[in-house]
Amino acid sequence: MSAVKFTKDHEWVSLDGDTATVGITAYAQEQLGDVVFVEMPEAGKTVSQGDEAGVVESVKAASEVYAPVSGEVVEANPELEDNPALVNQDPLAGGWFFRLRLSNAGELDGLMDEAAYKAYIEELD
Amino acid sequence: MSEKTTFTSHRGLELREDLIFEIGARDRSGVDLAPLRGVRDRLGGITREVVDLPGLAEPEVMRHYVRLSQKNHAIDMGLYPLGSCTMKHNPRLNEKMARLPGFADIHPLQPASTVQGALRLMDELAHWLKTLTGMPEVALSPKAGAHGELCGMMAIRAAIKARGEIQRRMRVLVPESAHGTNPATAALLGFSVDEIPASDDGRVDLEAFRDKLGDDVAAIMLTNPNTCGLFERDIIAIADAVHEAGGYFYCDGANFNAIVGRVRPGDLGIDAMHINLHKTFSTPHGGGGPGAGPTVLSERLAAFAPLPRVVAGKSGLELVEHGDQTEGGPFGRMVAFHGQMGMFVRALAYMMSHGADGLRQVADDAVLNANYILAELNGTMTAPYLGPCMHEALFDDAFLKDTGIETLDFAKAMIDEGYHPMTMYFPLVVHGAMLIEPTETESKASLDLFIATLRDLVASAKAGDTERFTTAPQLAPTKRLDETRAARQLVLRYRSTEKKQVRAAE
Amino acid sequence: MRYLPLNDADRATMLERIGVENIDALFCDVPAEARLDGPVDLPIHKSEMQVERDMHAMASQNMPAGSAPFFCGAGAYRHHVPATVDHIIQRSEFLTSYTPYQPEITQGTLQYLFEFQSQVAELTGMEVANASMYDGSTAAGEAVLMAHRVTRRNHAVVSGRVHPQYVDVIANLSDMGGFGLTHVPPTIQGAEDLLSSVDENTACVVVQNPDFFGSVNDYTELAEAVHARGALLIVVVTESVSLGVLKTPGTMGADIVVGEGQSLGNGLNFGGPYVGLFAAREKFLRQMPGRLCGETVDADGKRGFVLTLSTREQHIRRDKATSNICTNSGLCSLAFTAHLSLLGGNGLQHLARLNHEQAVDLAGRLGAIDGVKPINETFFNEFTIELPQPADMVVEALAVRGVLGGVPVSRLIPDGGFENYLLVAATETCAPEDMAAYGAALKEVLS
Ligand SMILES: Cc1ncc(COP(=O)(O)O)c(C=O)c1O
Repeated sequence: MSAVKFTKDHEWVSLDGDTATVGITAYAQEQLGDVVFVEMPEAGKTVSQGDEAGVVESVKAASEVYAPVSGEVVEANPELEDNPALVNQDPLAGGWFFRLRLSNAGELDGLMDEAAYKAYIEELD
Repeated sequence: MSEKTTFTSHRGLELREDLIFEIGARDRSGVDLAPLRGVRDRLGGITREVVDLPGLAEPEVMRHYVRLSQKNHAIDMGLYPLGSCTMKHNPRLNEKMARLPGFADIHPLQPASTVQGALRLMDELAHWLKTLTGMPEVALSPKAGAHGELCGMMAIRAAIKARGEIQRRMRVLVPESAHGTNPATAALLGFSVDEIPASDDGRVDLEAFRDKLGDDVAAIMLTNPNTCGLFERDIIAIADAVHEAGGYFYCDGANFNAIVGRVRPGDLGIDAMHINLHKTFSTPHGGGGPGAGPTVLSERLAAFAPLPRVVAGKSGLELVEHGDQTEGGPFGRMVAFHGQMGMFVRALAYMMSHGADGLRQVADDAVLNANYILAELNGTMTAPYLGPCMHEALFDDAFLKDTGIETLDFAKAMIDEGYHPMTMYFPLVVHGAMLIEPTETESKASLDLFIATLRDLVASAKAGDTERFTTAPQLAPTKRLDETRAARQLVLRYRSTEKKQVRAAE
Repeated sequence: MRYLPLNDADRATMLERIGVENIDALFCDVPAEARLDGPVDLPIHKSEMQVERDMHAMASQNMPAGSAPFFCGAGAYRHHVPATVDHIIQRSEFLTSYTPYQPEITQGTLQYLFEFQSQVAELTGMEVANASMYDGSTAAGEAVLMAHRVTRRNHAVVSGRVHPQYVDVIANLSDMGGFGLTHVPPTIQGAEDLLSSVDENTACVVVQNPDFFGSVNDYTELAEAVHARGALLIVVVTESVSLGVLKTPGTMGADIVVGEGQSLGNGLNFGGPYVGLFAAREKFLRQMPGRLCGETVDADGKRGFVLTLSTREQHIRRDKATSNICTNSGLCSLAFTAHLSLLGGNGLQHLARLNHEQAVDLAGRLGAIDGVKPINETFFNEFTIELPQPADMVVEALAVRGVLGGVPVSRLIPDGGFENYLLVAATETCAPEDMAAYGAALKEVLS
């Protein structure tokens, strides 16, 4: 797996070949609190960068998950339906949301790397 | 705290109560019915075998609900300072009047000649509401505040349509501080919602608002007094600007209690405003309704008011229940029948009791009480905006900084002190918001004890007694409830299998 | 003023503490040109006794159902509500509390809401029910919007036998929301062709049972056909007592069931407040409007209840909420659930059968009168009769004779050629002598 990239909306994306795996960051899940429901895009749906791709909900908040890059959804994490707590427990691995077949690898360059994202969230606090 | 366990799980006067499904039985009943005669039925065989619901004898039913009732906080028990909800005293005269058979036991579709008194009551209520708001028309039928918003915004949509501008005017401006029903209402009607930022003084940022105006704007939805408890000083300028841009001014009148008898919305350039009879006019909140949301309309919108309408006819008052579907007339119907008659009776009894003079005093005392709280607690707690406030006092959580205590914990600790907490985390423009609305029906002694209690709580918080907060409530019928579990493992109805499973596990 | 505890001394002390001269100073943000300098032009305050007198004067100009042989229905029904119910809903702790935002001190409300949801689900034969809507008509409007969200289609087909005012509410909400609607022209009986209006844009088909004209229907086949076309079936029930004996909408295959709960626990009240029932299949749960109460445990592991799935609602989701509803019909749902707890399953079934027997009896009596033609083959507690004269005039003439004889169809459908049709309802509250008086009066009016 290549290096992980981050968005300002607190999604992370990691690339394996032309498949991008997307989730929300540790910071995002902490802000949300206990995740109780995740709505994910269906396989086959094409999304453009910045499109609303899903929703993640805690008891008191709901927030949209945006596609960090454009592509076609190949798979949504089947485990989240029964176990949304995975997003809290393991946001960067087991709690992934969906996978995309990337249509424009260049879009990744516009995203933040880990250090930049760290600096970004420090500013937010 | 003593955690003495008992054999029964009752704790003195605090009585545990099971679900009706665990107490009752299908073949038990608290109602005596005439025997069936066994006539040949005309149901066409389209019938069910059983209704699997428990019945209870009358004494069991009484005990069940009385025990449940004792697990509730209520206005009749103590201060209920839920901001934006106007939890004032609910006079029992109103209950008595609403139960007069002449009001309670009449059918909505009886001939008009047999319900002249009911129509007169509606007409009289309409007259009071129009006079108090300075508006020419009122739609009585909306069933709650949010439904009144829908009514007003429907009238606006109909007016825009009649002007032939519905294709282009589909943007509605809503302040960030607005109640959730405002954006939700606009969205139901297909409008897009555009947020207006707040200024540093907790009001609409007039410049930012003007920048957002354009010929695609249908309306502004503004709450006044706003959800921070402040009067929008620039309201007339806002009205002029939106009118100049060809849009309409919807005012969320949930907070009318602060200004009733002091200022008329009609003099502020407002085109439509709902009035929550269950707030300003004291109809009981009933554990979440029923309410009523009559909606006053300006000259610009009056013609679009929904059906039905009460009008004077040849032989007394009449209900207009049908309209021609031509553009420029009534936009349609919000509800079956004519609205919340039971609430109309209560609200009118309240208005008549107070009269024009008393209603003005209501606003004065409501505003006085809130300002007293603001003045006495600011410094102990932190108020994000300068006063004077209107009917409610807003605080943020800055005073809890570095205590490890959040707004939620603070609220739960109030429960142990016998108070219903204030509105929390609303409006969204303030961090950790605490919105306190005492209403005019609290005495000074009641406010003084409340103020002293909050001071004591703040002192505890600052002294590092976090346990008083994070483990609260300790003295309520239940400890803190697990809302995450409720959402993750949904149980939304009783299922008999559950009983068996629990038994098996025991 | 008897509701205001502050006296002038209090007011003076408080103003001083606040640091202002007088009360007007607190209204300084109100634009000067709009301030009222004295009371508006309305009567001044009155004593409790005076208000009571004025109210009695208005109430006495009405003819209460209980004072006359009474046979009106058409979406609002007169049933006997046990005295216990009114006592329960007047308990301070229920009457003067609000939406259970703080579950630890509103378990009373939350538990009855959980019981209410369970009862409504069982009654309708559905998997889940919410904690109430304003009334049956607004619940019907919301059901159609929900069908649009679930199916992502934009058109609804509504039977001509759904309560006409419900249709108006649905049509208004659909039109304003930018959705299409086909309302099949009303016909009293015979097969109704709904399917030919259903196409790939159809989100739902809306029917009523018993229908507006009183007939009982089995929608099982319709449900299958509607599902085969990818749409949902919404069943409206305006007389909830009928659920005690009729095949449930859930069994028929309904996807959403909405109802008027007034018949249980709630009086006629000239049309409101009532209580909307809303039930659906569990898979559509997240698209449901309104509040939901769920079971959970507290920090000690003790069972308790909370409002849940709130992320559907306006206070969290704002413009993306499933509905704008906030305050619903709390106390009316308490009346409903308390009445139903008194009845029990068998009791409700008995009550429903009793209503039916009353209606069968009345239909027989009226049908025996010259010129009166009963129309329905099947019915529950309400049916349609055809008269030799306009029904509205007959109803007026009956009222003069002290009988409230039903609802003329033309009151609700003014231009469908229904002038001579009358809807007549009979519940357990009709005594045999009421029926006899009705028969005699009608005979007289028609002769
Ligand atoms: C500011 C504001 N607007 C609108 C509403 C909605 O009113 P209702 O709950 O009667 O629908 C409320 C109260 O709940 C409110 O506080």
